[in-house]
Amino acid sequence: MATVRLSFSPAPVHVRTARLVGVAVARRAGVREDLLDEVRLAIGEACTRAVALHRQYGVPDPVLVEMSDSGSYQVRVVDRAPIEAGIGLAALNADELANESLTDEALTTGVGFALLAGFVEDLQVRPVDEGVGTEVRMVWPVGR
Amino acid sequence: MELSLATRTVGEHTVLEVGGEVDVYTAPRLRERLLELIDGGVRQVIVDLGRVDFLDSTGLGVLVGALKRLRAAGGSFALVCDKEPLLKIFRITALDQVFPLHPTVEAAIAADPTGAGA
Repeated sequence: MATVRLSFSPAPVHVRTARLVGVAVARRAGVREDLLDEVRLAIGEACTRAVALHRQYGVPDPVLVEMSDSGSYQVRVVDRAPIEAGIGLAALNADELANESLTDEALTTGVGFALLAGFVEDLQVRPVDEGVGTEVRMVWPVGR
Repeated sequence: MELSLATRTVGEHTVLEVGGEVDVYTAPRLRERLLELIDGGVRQVIVDLGRVDFLDSTGLGVLVGALKRLRAAGGSFALVCDKEPLLKIFRITALDQVFPLHPTVEAAIAADPTGAGA
């Protein structure tokens, strides 16, 4: 089993780095080539969500991304924002998306979760075991 | 790859060609460019995503914002995209029912409901 951990200051500029590392580790772990675009998008969405929450709540702590390949490729993205896990999980339908009164932030959050749920079959969003924050846990199969 | 933005005019339409990665870091630049165009009086906008190799929820949010702004101003907004990975993103988010999506700029102009392509 190999584990790679990356922690970064909650700034948008670092999300791309997290995506690149996440895909590189996925490739090494043996995730199928045709799934790598989805891995890249999902890790990006989870990190974008974490960065947005840290900034919204003024949390300067780093965002943690942990990747491991024990049997499957598992990625945990951990934020330290004081919210209940699962907030914003509701997907929006087309009418809601085009609604004039929907704020940009709410739209982006809804779309981000739709992408996570759509691209990750094995997805969990739950409170962290210790302290405050939530963890987005994503799993992909490895091997042919 | 960094974000690239270039505009050209085709008849009454302004085509914004976007390339590279549109994400939480680069999307504000796309938003600024679209606002510049709209605030400058452009009403028929086509965003060509042909050279985009990454698009996330932040980028999609910017595109929806531009669509709403232009609709409110009586204008039109369409996307050009023929890459399956990007089209899948629009389907999964139901945004394929919100945006007019076309395979080419020519098709987008021909389908413009404001009649500017006629």
